[in-house]
Amino acid sequence: MFMGYSLGELGSIFAMQAFAGLILFSVFVLMSLGLAIIFGQMGVINMAHGEFMILGAYMTYLTSQLFQAYAPGLYGIYFFVAMAVAFVVSGGLGMLVEWGLIRFLYKRPLDTLLATWGLSLIMQQAFRSIFGAREVGVELPEWMMGSLAVTDTIEVQINGLFVMGLTTLIAVAVYLLMFRSRWGLQVRAVVLNRTMAGAVGISTERVDRMTFGIGCGIAGVAGSAFTMIGSTGPTAGQLYIVDTFLVVVFGGAASLAGTIASAFTISQAQSTMEFFMSGSMAKVLTLLVVVGILMLRPEGLFVLKVRR
Amino acid sequence: MSSSDDRQDKMSATRRGVLKGLAALPIASAVPAASFLSTPARADVPPTSAVNTTGLAVTDTEVTVGILHSVTGTMAISETGSVQAEKLAIDQINAAGGILGRKIKFIQEDGASDWPTFAEKAKKLLVQDKCASVFGCWTSASRKAVLPVFEQYNGMLYYPTFYEGLEQSKNVIYTGQEATQQIIAGLNWVVKERGAQTFYLLGSDYIWPRTSNKIARKHIENFLKLKVVGEEYFPLGHTQFNSAINKIKLTKPDVIYAIIVGGSNVAFYKQLKAAGIDLSKQTLLTISVTEDEILGIGGENIAGAFACMKYFQSLNNPNNKAFVEAFKKTYGDKIVIGDVTQAAYLGPWLWKLTVEKAGSFDIDKVAAASPGVAFDKAPEGYVRIHENHHLWSKTRVGKARVDGQYDVVYETSELVEPDPFPKGYQ
Repeated sequence: MFMGYSLGELGSIFAMQAFAGLILFSVFVLMSLGLAIIFGQMGVINMAHGEFMILGAYMTYLTSQLFQAYAPGLYGIYFFVAMAVAFVVSGGLGMLVEWGLIRFLYKRPLDTLLATWGLSLIMQQAFRSIFGAREVGVELPEWMMGSLAVTDTIEVQINGLFVMGLTTLIAVAVYLLMFRSRWGLQVRAVVLNRTMAGAVGISTERVDRMTFGIGCGIAGVAGSAFTMIGSTGPTAGQLYIVDTFLVVVFGGAASLAGTIASAFTISQAQSTMEFFMSGSMAKVLTLLVVVGILMLRPEGLFVLKVRR
Repeated sequence: MSSSDDRQDKMSATRRGVLKGLAALPIASAVPAASFLSTPARADVPPTSAVNTTGLAVTDTEVTVGILHSVTGTMAISETGSVQAEKLAIDQINAAGGILGRKIKFIQEDGASDWPTFAEKAKKLLVQDKCASVFGCWTSASRKAVLPVFEQYNGMLYYPTFYEGLEQSKNVIYTGQEATQQIIAGLNWVVKERGAQTFYLLGSDYIWPRTSNKIARKHIENFLKLKVVGEEYFPLGHTQFNSAINKIKLTKPDVIYAIIVGGSNVAFYKQLKAAGIDLSKQTLLTISVTEDEILGIGGENIAGAFACMKYFQSLNNPNNKAFVEAFKKTYGDKIVIGDVTQAAYLGPWLWKLTVEKAGSFDIDKVAAASPGVAFDKAPEGYVRIHENHHLWSKTRVGKARVDGQYDVVYETSELVEPDPFPKGYQ
């Protein structure tokens, strides 16, 4: 399988595949961080996660349309505004959903699966009614297109770098929020023992609502970033949901570090294999490996020691 | 059976009297489509017993047809245009006097992007509604699901999508192109005009891209004596093409031959552009991106790529101008029309012409009369039905523009013969 490539070419293959793998890794982390917070910390199986992403993507589309119509001169920076809008709208809707739907189901985690699946269908139909059945095109500002040539054969894509930077930023922010803030402390307390946390004066309802909202908000930002590389249509969220759950479950649901480690493993494995076999085969092999490891470690890569 | 027929005849005899009076009104004259045909005078309307001997839903004033597409689910994105085109054609035919003096009434069913549902709805349209003809389906999977139903209950399906071929049925008229019509002319063109020597084949992982690439590979290797340097398939909905793009950069093919479908296209072309592949220098030929898909991809990401199919919205002929104008008038200015939408529009018109040639709505007579039926007012120009129930049609190559339309850069001088079972390509 290394036939026909010179040594130098193989070098650049691995460099470029590693970079492609890093982009994929960032994408996976972006997709799954929001889900990991909701699933890992609250035990809610959010099947509508993909739709929250697409909501973010549609917000990006709307923002780009507004900038094109009213401030074409500022088009270069619209993306940053769009991400903020995506976070606020997806997060806001998330809090609304938590208040109207999820909070009645905390004791029945499997029912959250059905309820959020229904929610995802409703959201898809809403997208279809509002934005039309066809995909919408989100135009990128000029500076985000193209790539930087490192050597003759190695090129680095600018929007890839952008996604990587964004992922780092969000991951750091989530870490600070969860492990260095008072609010994070409350979330972790509620996760460990809801009744006790309530007894010591933590408003568990407020914590739940904020957690769900922030998870959905991160999904929105991820969706905003995906307009750079993927499609924006009513059902596009379905494309991501399987991969997202794969990453979260493989990493060990309750652990954010596990999510990141699992995203890294899956993306690098897939990217390297993709080069030497077809895209479909690489995907099949990745799934097989994940299933194999989950059989040995049913709790995922990283297991939190929780008193039960 | 006979008693109910009698009753129906008596009822419709009075209705006919009323209609004769109405016929004096200039129903059709205000509509441009009227020029498509000579309206038969109402007095000549043949009795139903003469044009329908098999109990189809035909009365003296009305004929019922079915429209069977997905308007929900993942395929709704694509099939919406087909439904619009079929309804437009039916409206125009009705405005011009209908078929054998009868107005077309349609019953629309939703296949919901689910193949068993397609089969179930097809059966409903044929058995319960007794539709004289059905226009519908998009994916090969949905067509394969309804095919046994149409053959068992002897219905007539007008199928609009370009597809992989290897099929022929008395009960289906294929108004899109089969694979060889789309592929061979395009490859010949790219070799002649762009001097291509090496090809990289890409596709989504299901029957149509795989069969099409198989035909393309045979044609490249056995007939053109050129080289395929790579071939690769991706799951439906795949959104990460960085590895494939790296391979393309390394193998430096003269032509990227892409048959990726649906949302994956958006990801593919965006990443291609981001990776610095300039489609004004690197030739890319696709058979799966119509004007519809470009809406999602964004014109700036695909400008310069070539697409090979039989119809582009920008075709410059009077038929097409009238068609595009009527379409936009009905469905809004922003709408775009792709290859399959046009092929769907042909269905009702071809059926009308065939019924008039056969002088009957009976399925067997329509099927027998189909070969040789020609429609010279087709937006794509002129088409004719072959003995194998596919269409003779021209193949064209278009170059994508930033505004999402194609400039036609080549068209075959003759109609290309449909060849659903090509020798030497299997």
